[in-house]
Amino acid sequence: MSAGQPFRTGDTPLPEIIILTHKLTREYDMGGEVVRALRGVSVQIKKNEYVAVMGPSGSGKSTLMNLIGCLDTPTAGEYWLNGQKVSRLDDDALARIRNKEIGFVFQTFNLLPRATALHNVELPLIYAGVASRVRRAQAAQALERVGLGDRMEHRPNELSGGQRQRVAIARALVNEPSILLADEPTGNLDSATSGEIMQVFRDLHEQGQTIVMVTHEHDIAAHAARVVTLRDGEIATDQLRAA
Amino acid sequence: MPLFEAVRLALQTIRAQKLKSGFSLLGVFIGVASLIGAWSIVNGVNRYMTEKFAQTLFGVNTFQLRRRPMFTPNVPDSVWRAWARRPRIRFSDAEALNAAFTVPVVTAWQSSENTTISYRDKQARDIELTTASERYFDIKNLRLAAGRAFTAQENRAGAAVAVLGDAVAQRLFVDRSPLDRSVRIGGTGYRVIGVVEKQGSILGFPLDRFVIVPALSPAQNLVNPPGILDAFLVKARTEPEMHLAMDQAEGIMRSRRHLRPRQDDNFALDTSEGVQRFWAGISRILVVVLPGVVVVSLVIGGIVIMNIMLMSVAERTREIGLRKSLGARRRDVLRQFLAESAAIATVGAAFGVVAGIGLTVLIAAASPLPASLSPMSILLGVVMGGGVGVIAGAYPASRAARLDPIAALRQE
Repeated sequence: MSAGQPFRTGDTPLPEIIILTHKLTREYDMGGEVVRALRGVSVQIKKNEYVAVMGPSGSGKSTLMNLIGCLDTPTAGEYWLNGQKVSRLDDDALARIRNKEIGFVFQTFNLLPRATALHNVELPLIYAGVASRVRRAQAAQALERVGLGDRMEHRPNELSGGQRQRVAIARALVNEPSILLADEPTGNLDSATSGEIMQVFRDLHEQGQTIVMVTHEHDIAAHAARVVTLRDGEIATDQLRAA
Repeated sequence: MPLFEAVRLALQTIRAQKLKSGFSLLGVFIGVASLIGAWSIVNGVNRYMTEKFAQTLFGVNTFQLRRRPMFTPNVPDSVWRAWARRPRIRFSDAEALNAAFTVPVVTAWQSSENTTISYRDKQARDIELTTASERYFDIKNLRLAAGRAFTAQENRAGAAVAVLGDAVAQRLFVDRSPLDRSVRIGGTGYRVIGVVEKQGSILGFPLDRFVIVPALSPAQNLVNPPGILDAFLVKARTEPEMHLAMDQAEGIMRSRRHLRPRQDDNFALDTSEGVQRFWAGISRILVVVLPGVVVVSLVIGGIVIMNIMLMSVAERTREIGLRKSLGARRRDVLRQFLAESAAIATVGAAFGVVAGIGLTVLIAAASPLPASLSPMSILLGVVMGGGVGVIAGAYPASRAARLDPIAALRQE
């Protein structure tokens, strides 16, 4: 079951814990009716873990994903990311955290259609205020890391689905984030290409990258070392797979 | 995001969406172009009035004694009828003034009427025949391109000699020399002794269609009844001396006409200031109307830009969500969209400046209006254009900045 030791309010997580949620709750007010999307989720993820989050639709996995990704703030509970309590930060502070600590990979890639692969990968560095020459070098390096060194000047419509997702992965990695947060990363890809992307994830994991991946496909989740399953806004199962 | 990045991104977006951007900058374009064009006309006429007309054509430090003022906007009929009942200026008035001035002045007589002048079988119609005394040339700053002006002796003797305007010489003699040829003015033969330098035109009115002959020469019958003058021209050395001479002229004329202290003058003393006042009246109307036109087109331009930007924010909601997820803060998004609308407006203003300059050149070349570019109008045009962009972009940009990243990312 749940990894790590019990956490109490007022504690500080251990340094090797990258993600710690404590009784994380998120409620939405839907026209007077309160919807409890998350009902006190407590989970700890260590550095270099590869975790899949599963669950049927409505289970709260998207809500958890948004909270972990600092796109949203919880109604109650604590969220610690890389030793920093981020559950009560304002918009701009969350933007800084997203920029520095989190690399997003989306189901629909979300690349800027008119920008080249290189420029797409540069985006997080622009918001980090990195000088343009350094930026280009780092973006090029990130693209080489995902095997797209020869596609830097291509626009998304000149790339295949798998290549687009690799550009997105390069963009997620370019700021050297604490976690790679992937939301159905293979949802728009055929199975051969999905395998390719999973190979990229496996390589990154081997290089020490912490990965959290939301998916509803069992064979994709099977690539992860740990599978957390949500049901009705609570953790149903949390299983480590034998490597 | 640094400002430079925001501007670069904005220009990229404009380039990528040429048609849409073209429409959105149309309003500012028209506003700025009309601002510069209209300003150039006002500026050009202003300069013309103060430099060329007032100082050259009317004469510096010069006033004219006339029956009624020359340039008078919107005079009611009753005033006009009263003016027509006034006594006319006589040769004897001019002589009395000449004898009485205590400040050094140069004076000349002048009367004018339209007439026809001919040379052999060629005719020039609608020519302004001016009968004048010899100092008329000095006062009006008329320089001769060929030959000479007439002398005081010729004037006193009523010699039949004529000085032609450039257009008249061209019409009658084409490229031959008119000097010493005999032209006919009202049935009398006149010997041409000089041709005046080309004067050009003012507000489309040609200034070279004239002939000047001595005031006492035979053609005086064509112009005025015997002993009558249209105007007595007085040129002083300085402005204070001119005003002194004007006071003296007023006093003498009042006593010659036996006016009682409470009676108004029944004559006019015109100066170039009077002409400028007349022009100032017109330009004041332009100064009121012009900003109206410019403001209206800039407001329309602003509304267009605001709409296009709102559309753009709606279309790019997903992009905004993505940028936020990658770490863009509110102010980064705000800056991006503000830069974009400011860039659209500034590009529009820049095109407007180019068109305005083109318009100015065109007006100056192809129309009688003297247009002269004012650097101030260019500066103002660009600043106002850019300002409109920032103001019009503020609301769409703040909407973009406030978007919730989750909702924005979910949008199709």
